[in-house]
Formats: sequence, C-alpha cells, structure tokens
Amino acid sequence: MTGAAVSSEQAGSPRERPTTPSGADALGPKRLGARIQGAVIGDRIYSAAITLFALCVPALLILVAVEIFLGGWPALRRFGFSFLTSSAWDPVNGVFGAAPAIYGTLVSSAIALAIATPLAIGVALFLSEFAPQWLRQPVAFLVDLLAAVPSVVYGLWGVFVLLPVLRITVMPFLRDTLHLGVLPFFSGPAYGPSMLAAGLILSIMVLPYISSVSREVLLAVPRSQREAALALGATKWETIWGAVLPYAKSGIIGGVILGLGRALGETMAVTMLIGNRPQISASLFAPGYTMASLIANEFAEASGDLHLSALMAVGFVLFVITLIVNAIARWLVWQVSRAGGEKTA
Amino acid sequence: MTTAAKPPTRRSGVYPAAARAGKLRRRHAVNALMAGLVGLAAVLATLPLVVVLFYLLKQGASSVQWHFFTNMPKPVGESGGGMANAIVGTLILIGTASLIGLPVGIGGGLYLAERRGSRLANTTRFLADVLNGLPSIVMGIFAWQFLVRPFGHFSAWAGGVALAAMMIPQVARTTEEIVRTVPVSLREAALALGYTRWRTSLTVVLRTATAGVVTGALVAIARIAGETAPLLFTAFGNQFWSTSLNQPIAALPLQIFTYAVSPYDDWHAQAWAGALVLIALILIISLVARVATRGRFATASD
Repeated sequence: MTGAAVSSEQAGSPRERPTTPSGADALGPKRLGARIQGAVIGDRIYSAAITLFALCVPALLILVAVEIFLGGWPALRRFGFSFLTSSAWDPVNGVFGAAPAIYGTLVSSAIALAIATPLAIGVALFLSEFAPQWLRQPVAFLVDLLAAVPSVVYGLWGVFVLLPVLRITVMPFLRDTLHLGVLPFFSGPAYGPSMLAAGLILSIMVLPYISSVSREVLLAVPRSQREAALALGATKWETIWGAVLPYAKSGIIGGVILGLGRALGETMAVTMLIGNRPQISASLFAPGYTMASLIANEFAEASGDLHLSALMAVGFVLFVITLIVNAIARWLVWQVSRAGGEKTA
Repeated sequence: MTTAAKPPTRRSGVYPAAARAGKLRRRHAVNALMAGLVGLAAVLATLPLVVVLFYLLKQGASSVQWHFFTNMPKPVGESGGGMANAIVGTLILIGTASLIGLPVGIGGGLYLAERRGSRLANTTRFLADVLNGLPSIVMGIFAWQFLVRPFGHFSAWAGGVALAAMMIPQVARTTEEIVRTVPVSLREAALALGYTRWRTSLTVVLRTATAGVVTGALVAIARIAGETAPLLFTAFGNQFWSTSLNQPIAALPLQIFTYAVSPYDDWHAQAWAGALVLIALILIISLVARVATRGRFATASD
C-alpha cells in the first residue's frame, strides 16, 4: 500500500510542483503555492502524529520494564541470586525467596498445558478440517467466548463449583479408587484449593488462545498440501497427520507457547483457587502459590518497603519470563504465517 | 501419508488382497476414531462455557433486581444491597482507559499499516504483540509504581492508565489488520484527485475501515471491562459513591472478587449477581462488535 501511495503521488507531483510558471491558470501562482505548502505541512503533522503514536508502544514497554525493575531493585540487590532459589518467604523477618512462587507458576502452567493442548488442537482440527461449514462459525464463536469470560468470574465459579467437586469427588477418586495415592503427586489430604484446581481452571482459560492460533495456522496450510495427500489415497486423518500437521507444527507450537504465556501470568482465578501458601510440595492436592497470585494477594497489605520491593521483584521476574515466552511464540507463529503466505501467494 | 505409501510393498504378501482389505478397514477405523475424538474435543472445549454460564444464571439471576443497579453495597445481614457504585465505577474506568488508549492505539495502527515494512513498523508490531501477552498484574504493579506511589494514594486515574496500557497494543494491531484490508485503489483514487495524504488516510482509508476499527475497539473494551488484576492496587475499589478520578473508585470485577472471597452467604449471592451483570455487559459489547462487521471484514473479530 505504501509503495503504491508513493508511486501515485510521484505520478501526481510533476504536474503539481512546477505550478509557479505554467500550471497556475486557475488559482494564481501565490494561492496555489500556499495551498501546496499547506498540504505539505498537513502531511508532515499527520506523519509526525502517527509516528508518535506508534512510538508509544516501544516507549510503554520500556517504561513498564524500567518502573518495575526500579521497584524491585532494593530486594534484588539485597538477596541477589538467592532470591530466585530460596524458598523462605517470611515478611515478618524480612527474608524473601521466590522459589515456591516460581515453582507453583511452572507447575500450574504445565498442568494447564497438558490438559488444554490436545483439546485445543482437537478443536482447531474440528474447525478447520472436520466440521460442516454451517457449524464452524458458531463453534469458533463459542470457543472465542471462553476467552471473553473474565478471570474473576472463572475464579468465582471455581470457588463455589469446581472446588467442592474436586474435594468430594475427583480427589478421593484419583487417590483411593484409582490408587494413584501411592504416587507423590496424588497423595495427601484433599482440601480443595490446590495446584490441581489452579491447573484445571487455567486449562480452560488458555484453551481458546491455543485453539485460535492453531486454527489460523491450519487454515494457512496450502490446499495443494492436502490435495496431494488425498490424491495418494490417504484417508482424511492420514492427510491431517501426514501432510497438514507437520506443515503447521511450528505454528501450533507457537500457539501453545502463547498459551503458556497466558497461563504464567493469569492472576485472579488462580489466586482464588490455589490456596496461597508459599511452599513447595510434590502433591498436586497441596496448596501453593504462583508469582501472580503472590503479588495479587500480598501487595496491598505489604508490611514494609522491603516486602513491597520483593513483590515488585517477583513482578519483574514474571515480566522477564513472559517477555521471553511471548517473543519466542510470536516469532514461531510469524515464521509459519510468513512461509504459508509466500507459498500460497 | 506413510501408511498411504505402504500398500504397494504389501502386494508381495501371501494373501495380498485380503491383507490389503484388512489394512484398509483398519485405516478407515482409525480415521473414524480420530474424527470422533476431534469432535469430542470440540464438545469438551465448549462445555466449560456452557457450565459457567449455567451457574451464573442459576446463582445470580435471583439477585439481579432493580435495586441491584440503584443501591449501594450494604453491610452483611442487610438485604437490598446493590452495586450501583461499582457499575458506574467500571464505566468510568472504561471511559478513562478508552480516552487514552483508543487514539494512541488507532494512530499507532495507522502507522503500522501505512509504513508497513519499515524497520520501526516491524519492531513496533513485534513489541505490540509481546506487550499484548504481558500479564495484566504486571500492568497493575507498573501503574502502581508509576502513578500511585509518587502521589501517595490510589486513584481511578491509575486504574484507567493500567487498562489503557493493555488496550494500546491490542487496538494498534486490530486497526492495522483492518486498514490493510482497505483496497489500495481507494487510496490511489483519492490521491489522484489531489487529496493530500493526511486527508486520504483519515477521510478515505480510515473511514472505509470504520466498522472494523470500531469492532477492534469494542473487543478491546470487552477485554478490559472484566480485568481485575490491574485494578487491585490502582483503582483499589471503594465502598462509597465516588466518581472522582483522583479518588479510589469501585469496579464491578473488584467487587466480585471481594465478595467471592468473603465468608458471608449474602455477599456470595451478590458476587454471583455481579458476575452475571459483568458477563452480560461483556457479551453485549462482543455481540455488537460482531454485528457491526458481519460479513464485511472476516478477520475483524479474530
């Protein structure tokens, strides 16, 4: 579009520019000159304005990084690297280590992805390959709506519906009926608020992100890829497994990593369901903490400057991790959509 | 594909025809099984939405009465409490965030679309996507450090800025996508008629893309309307009536959170009612966004 705009303007300008001597019949040289001058100034102002708005985006990212880093610096300087490895989180004695929160963040996100990824890819395949045309839009809309439900509403539902079901039915079933209690992951008392509950609610929340990226990537797979496999006599599933999925693989992985980014930073629902206890426990039935829920839970009632700073430092760690995760995801998705675009074009 | 390529090698088997028929049956069975599993995944994925909406209606509908919209919160034990202040507070926060976020986001989107391919545009697009994926709680502590700590008190301003920071990258990207769908010929026609570039961009290109841009804006508004984490230590919440941007202000999601984690049944009922109102608000905005662009810009809602 830019190229075309430039060329069309260049085509127009030779007629306009030398107006002063020859082409000034209608307006008179001075007025036309002033109008062109005005147009040039208008264009400059417009160009400067949108450039400024665009610059707001990098500026905002830098501002966020700097502000959070400055806020967390006192704690980071005081505890150094042990801030990441120590599991002591003791506001009363002023000792802070973020290890339980980092552990909880990783484990709850891992549970979420383990559940959501197969389902999300299934939905994406359903929408791009299997579903009849009339069903695609409505189902895609419903799945998108999952992403529109606010975190706090999932939290509310989780507290009053999911937790009782887990405590009374699911946890005893896993532990006693299936005898999974011998594994450390499914042992211990079933309180309800737990890593498992947080992981489950997270899986619902990240599913729409993974499935919408996957669907986009699947739709970008060239027709020829499918037709070639079908022409060889492959069944529909063999076409998908052998020709479509390998082509879309890195894009789908990008979508999963994007979902990971969401899961890592999800706050409200997790805060309401994870039990908020700074401990590292192998059991998924035990309460835990995530970085986001730690901040949400303690920030407003922080007991002093160091406590605040430690929470900001946790925020900074979360910021850096999600930044990296998102950058990787975007890069992967971008690679695929670019390759797909080139090949279909 | 690998299985598809195998049958020729099997031709040398003892009972080639029978073996191939069996193999074919197996392949079709696998195909049917996977089709079934994929369909099951679609059902399982949409099930939570249905279940959550069902519970919202079941638990919340009885508490959503007229006084819920007009009354202030009441202490535990008193009936007839409402969330008037939280509903107004949420609208004020959305308004503040939109006033800051929409112009910047749309302007940035215009830049991304018009200077496509320039280094700044590529960098900005990438950073916008990255910024879009940052956790909302990070925006919350950013706004606290930036606007609450220096002034010494919580304020609606800080909440609005935190929400605006979430809107900007998203609106910029959706605006870009929509503006890119406007045919080049329109722009060329306007320029050929002697329109200046800025008039072409604003009155021809942006005007053509209005429906899509509005949709993008509405989707962003629907997203921030339900955000709680960025408001926890910025807007903070307020049990009293306040519309001042300089004071802590109540918000629907904050009120739901406070009531949900409280130990009182009365407040739990209020939380369900608040959640129902919030989700209704978000659904209405989303549906308007869908209808606004139905059939015109297929990519608009994604």
